[in-house]
Amino acid sequence: MLHFSRWKTFIVWGFALLGVFCAAPNLIPEKDLAKYPQFVQNLRLNLGLDLRGGSHLLLQMDKDLLIEKQIKILRGNVRTALRGKREGSARTGAIRYRDLSAKKDRVEFKPSDPADLEKAYQAARTLIQPLPSTSFGTTPGNNVDVEKTADGRIVVKPSEPAITAKISSSIDSAIEVVRRRVDALGTTEPSIQRQGEDRILLQVPGFDDPDKLKAVVKQAAVLSFHLVVRPANAEEAADGLTEPGTTIYPSKDQYSSHYILEDEPLITGADLANARQEISPQTSRPVVSFRLNSRGAVRFGDVTAANVGRPFAIVLDGEVISAPTIQEAITGGSGQISGNFTVSTADDLAILLRSGSLEAPLTILEERTVDASLGADSIAAGKLAAIIGLVGVVAFILLAYGTFGLYANIALLINISMIIGALSLLQATLTLPGIAGIVLTMGMAVDANVLIFERIREELRAGKTAISAIESGYSRALSTILDANITTFLAAIILFWLGSGPVSGFAVTLSIGIITSVFTAFVLTRWLVAWWLRLQSSKTIDMPI
Amino acid sequence: MAFKGINFVPRGTKIPFISMRNIAFILSGIAMIASIALFSTKGLNYGIDFIGGTSIEVRHKAGPADIADVRGKVGALGFGDVQVQQFNDPRDVLVRIELQSGDEEANQKALDKIKVTLGDAYEFRNTEVIGPTVSGELTQAGIIAVITAIIVVLIYIWLRFEWQFSLGAVVALVHDIVLTIGIFSLLQLEFTLSIIAALLTIVGYSLNDTVVVYDRVRENLRKFKKMPLNELLDVSINETLSRTILTSVTTLIALVSLFVFGGEVIRGFVFAMIWGVLVGTYSSIFIASPVLLLVGVKRDWSGLGGAKFKEPSGTV
Repeated sequence: MLHFSRWKTFIVWGFALLGVFCAAPNLIPEKDLAKYPQFVQNLRLNLGLDLRGGSHLLLQMDKDLLIEKQIKILRGNVRTALRGKREGSARTGAIRYRDLSAKKDRVEFKPSDPADLEKAYQAARTLIQPLPSTSFGTTPGNNVDVEKTADGRIVVKPSEPAITAKISSSIDSAIEVVRRRVDALGTTEPSIQRQGEDRILLQVPGFDDPDKLKAVVKQAAVLSFHLVVRPANAEEAADGLTEPGTTIYPSKDQYSSHYILEDEPLITGADLANARQEISPQTSRPVVSFRLNSRGAVRFGDVTAANVGRPFAIVLDGEVISAPTIQEAITGGSGQISGNFTVSTADDLAILLRSGSLEAPLTILEERTVDASLGADSIAAGKLAAIIGLVGVVAFILLAYGTFGLYANIALLINISMIIGALSLLQATLTLPGIAGIVLTMGMAVDANVLIFERIREELRAGKTAISAIESGYSRALSTILDANITTFLAAIILFWLGSGPVSGFAVTLSIGIITSVFTAFVLTRWLVAWWLRLQSSKTIDMPI
Repeated sequence: MAFKGINFVPRGTKIPFISMRNIAFILSGIAMIASIALFSTKGLNYGIDFIGGTSIEVRHKAGPADIADVRGKVGALGFGDVQVQQFNDPRDVLVRIELQSGDEEANQKALDKIKVTLGDAYEFRNTEVIGPTVSGELTQAGIIAVITAIIVVLIYIWLRFEWQFSLGAVVALVHDIVLTIGIFSLLQLEFTLSIIAALLTIVGYSLNDTVVVYDRVRENLRKFKKMPLNELLDVSINETLSRTILTSVTTLIALVSLFVFGGEVIRGFVFAMIWGVLVGTYSSIFIASPVLLLVGVKRDWSGLGGAKFKEPSGTV
């Protein structure tokens, strides 16, 4: 146990020095950091939001709305399928139906003639398509299920895997959109992760305006321009009924509370090339000016030329924000959206339009926002507690074990460096509970040494020589040390698994601390003790027995 | 280098821990019953992690905050149960409002109103808004984590020792957790997700302590084949007493430093751990070991258990 071959010594100290080396860059003051090479700059603790300030938002996509939209599209497809085939000017195979309705999770209709049930069923079945196979090569099934009911209706229902796939792709695209939006705010290193089926975890460090962040992230920002049929009267607005091909929209402008608009959009958000906030030279009010891509510009030019004198509505997330009248053909491909904007809301809208739209709005399930000044206070408090705790532990161990305590303390200091080094190397996030984890480890790390030293003491009391007492002290304490640390380690792993944010930060430092403290206590101090034994001529141990 | 150090625990103690077991069982029994009674009557002061709601820490930008003013303004908004209290520094105020009924957005709207009401005079230092979905999930995750931890530990000890040891360790663990929940209920300290983290750390620590004693018990079972079990347990506890105390002291030094200097944010968390270290140390001596006496242990350990690790040939 006390013999270290040269290569073993090399490995032991290699690890210890690697830890110290990886921890050292954390001592460089912020202002001098730029002078050092990039890899040194990267070896710094990655502070959690609770220490550096910032916002943590757990967002959920509105699944119901997403499904609702899918069902509406499906209803359109069913209608088309029942219309039959166009042959010249006539249609063949059309099936007459009634009660075509979009329910929460399905589309239903009834053939007008019960004899058409089978025909209608076959027509609806033409909508069935296999879903693309997954990356594992399994086929997830079809997009829709079609059924006949006992009372002569046909039910068309999106399949479970189709809904799952739709939510999954919507979340994937939402992550991209959210990333563009957050980047547009000028933040650094936001972390955007998918969580579970329909959630996004957004962590933005160091951004001091959580309200703006939330406003920009949540909104679906689906934009479209529609020709206005006419302002809706109170009755129409109340019952929402209007002629086919048109829809009633609520309005935010000062002229009418609702408008009846044509369904077919003139242009949509996808046609935008750019958008920014400006102050209108005419009204001195904030507006969002936009530029269309070439396809959109051509279309918009054509429609505006054909409809001079008619109003068109700018619809954002199902609400009319303004309904200007077309004065002349807009051929340049650029224009302005005026509305009831402040500079800040116009700026937000410009960011949203630039970054693209979400398929459904996001809801904030959880928000944790910490101001940078509180984070700085926490760091200062954590540092102070750590230093005082360390001094206390070091002094106590020195008192308890004399010279051997010195070795245990050297091991403790290297242990702390190794924890910090490992955290810096892995870029694990250090949170305030994480600092508590480090301080706790200081207390517990000496446990392994205490176990060994107590063993050595016992062996000495039993009359063994120094060397054999140390030998058996180490070897007999090993099983206890492993048992004790494995159990704590298991608890730490469960913590990590439970972990959200700060708690998992604590689990990470605790786990790393357990590994490094077993290494430093069992291997490093053993090396130190062996080295001491070789230097020592008297072979007696300075330890109270 | 001649300093030998001080013996904090006298050598060769012969404290009859096991004969104190009845007193310990009665004390612990009373404490556990009291804890459960407190928990079921007073309950816990759950933080918003578990019940949802909004917690805001604000700092008055110009000097000490006027608590009554904040209470009046926020109370007038009609958000139901509103708690406003002094926090840490005279400038700081902690505002907690209950979970708003309605959808997830209701809480965000309440937060916006509070921001408007308190205005620019206050700096929002810490804002937490937890909706109903997440709070339900966090509660579930917390309960699952604690139970899983206990089961995993039960299995590990069972594999490494014998079922009797496993039982003793788990009894001690449950004891520690119940007493920790009891003190949180008694003092009505805020029970948050990080307290669950502290509970799991206590599980780890208490176990660490118990395992050290058990290891020695197992070793002595092999060594003293004829010694009565109660004596053997006493010998084992006394032999490890010095280590138990030294480790507890170093851990407590670190924790007390955190408690005093580490700031308000983690004070509850650290308090739970300090309590856990005290209770855990007590339980591994007075609960975990006597349980072995109650259930009895296998006496023939030749060639089992710790033999997985290399043992030195010479025994004392």
